[in-house]
Amino acid sequence: MIREQDKGMSVIVKTVTRFTMGLILLYGIYILSHGHLSPGGGFAGGVIVALSFVLLMLAYGKETALKKFPKGVVSFFENAGAIMFLSIALLGFTGGYFFLNFLDKGEPYKLFSAGIIPLCNIAISLKVGAGLFAIFVALVLVKLESEKKV
Amino acid sequence: MTIYFLCLVLFCVGLYCVLRKRNIIKIIVGIIICEYAVNLFFILAAYRVGGRAPIFSAQTDISNMVDPLPAALVLTAIVIGLATTALLVAIAMRIYEKYGTFDITKISELRG
Amino acid sequence: MIELYILLIFMIVGAIIAIEVKDLLSSVVTVGAVGIALSMAFLILKAPDVAITQLVVEILCLIILIRATLKKDLPFISTGRWFLNTLITVGFIAMFLFVAAKALKDLPDFGYPIMKVAKIYIANGLAQTGAANVVSSVMLDFRAYDTLGEATVLFTAVIGVLAVVRKIGRKNQEGQDD
Repeated sequence: MIREQDKGMSVIVKTVTRFTMGLILLYGIYILSHGHLSPGGGFAGGVIVALSFVLLMLAYGKETALKKFPKGVVSFFENAGAIMFLSIALLGFTGGYFFLNFLDKGEPYKLFSAGIIPLCNIAISLKVGAGLFAIFVALVLVKLESEKKV
Repeated sequence: MTIYFLCLVLFCVGLYCVLRKRNIIKIIVGIIICEYAVNLFFILAAYRVGGRAPIFSAQTDISNMVDPLPAALVLTAIVIGLATTALLVAIAMRIYEKYGTFDITKISELRG
Repeated sequence: MIELYILLIFMIVGAIIAIEVKDLLSSVVTVGAVGIALSMAFLILKAPDVAITQLVVEILCLIILIRATLKKDLPFISTGRWFLNTLITVGFIAMFLFVAAKALKDLPDFGYPIMKVAKIYIANGLAQTGAANVVSSVMLDFRAYDTLGEATVLFTAVIGVLAVVRKIGRKNQEGQDD
């Protein structure tokens, strides 16, 4: 227990992080899923989702965060986002051309509307969030090792 | 027209930093400032007097929207800017590993 | 529009402080302040999508930059041909400013854009895509190729960061960070 507390920041920061991290993640999901109705969209939502994991990593140290989110999972999400975006674009060929909005448009101002745009938002947010989190993990991890060496 | 000129002055501050400073982190800061100025210029060019945000509403009929196209372009440019900044920071950290300094003149001296 | 002028002057002053201050950490934090002022300017200019993205990206950018400057504070030394370098730089910037200020005269006035392309998007956006947010429908339906290119650039940048960073990890054999 004492060894666990040594890693990362103080108890106050850890407690506040435990309460706020879920809310930040939820807010990111809200932003990205309502991207076609209100300001926001895939980019902002993805970065907010990445920021919630960055907060976890800053507060609890790298071991706890990487136990929850290994590197393989991050790269899997990034690849899944890219493949999802491209396959949505390719499915447009069923109706004629690349990036065709082939789904039903639905009723405006409702959550399930606008055809492929919410799906594209989800794909973009997966890609952006996983990519930026991978950049952060790479920068933090490598620097810690080399600082130990120097 | 004055506001365009102020935006241009902001760009020139960043350009001065990139051209004149010798610390790598300061050069990255200058590039970030240039990026801000360019993004702001795009959005300034899209503004319309008395315009509203480009989002349709079910209740009211909105006719005077600001230009949505530069906003869509800038939205992608911001994220690309973050990614390139991270790449620059990674290269700067690597340079610090190898040479032990951020000064670019020292680096070229050490090599020769 | 007076608040826009105040924000822009604040940004210029903040940028000058950021490039002239000796301490690297103060410089990075001042850039963060400039970025948040930019986010407020976007909000005043009626671009809420861009404002949210700028605010969020600014925080992550600040974290990455602080990570780079931590415990590496070096004194800034200015030696050599200080006068000549400054003279050449200021001359170049003055020439650039002169040409750009001449070019600004051909732009449409501030507040009255032409909107030749965007007129079509606004008129047909809701009917053709069903999305209430016009920026979202432009970004993911009318101009989805831009987003595809952006995804490619982001992917390339991630690969570049991992490649640059991995080379250090290979050099010391005992640490397996994978």
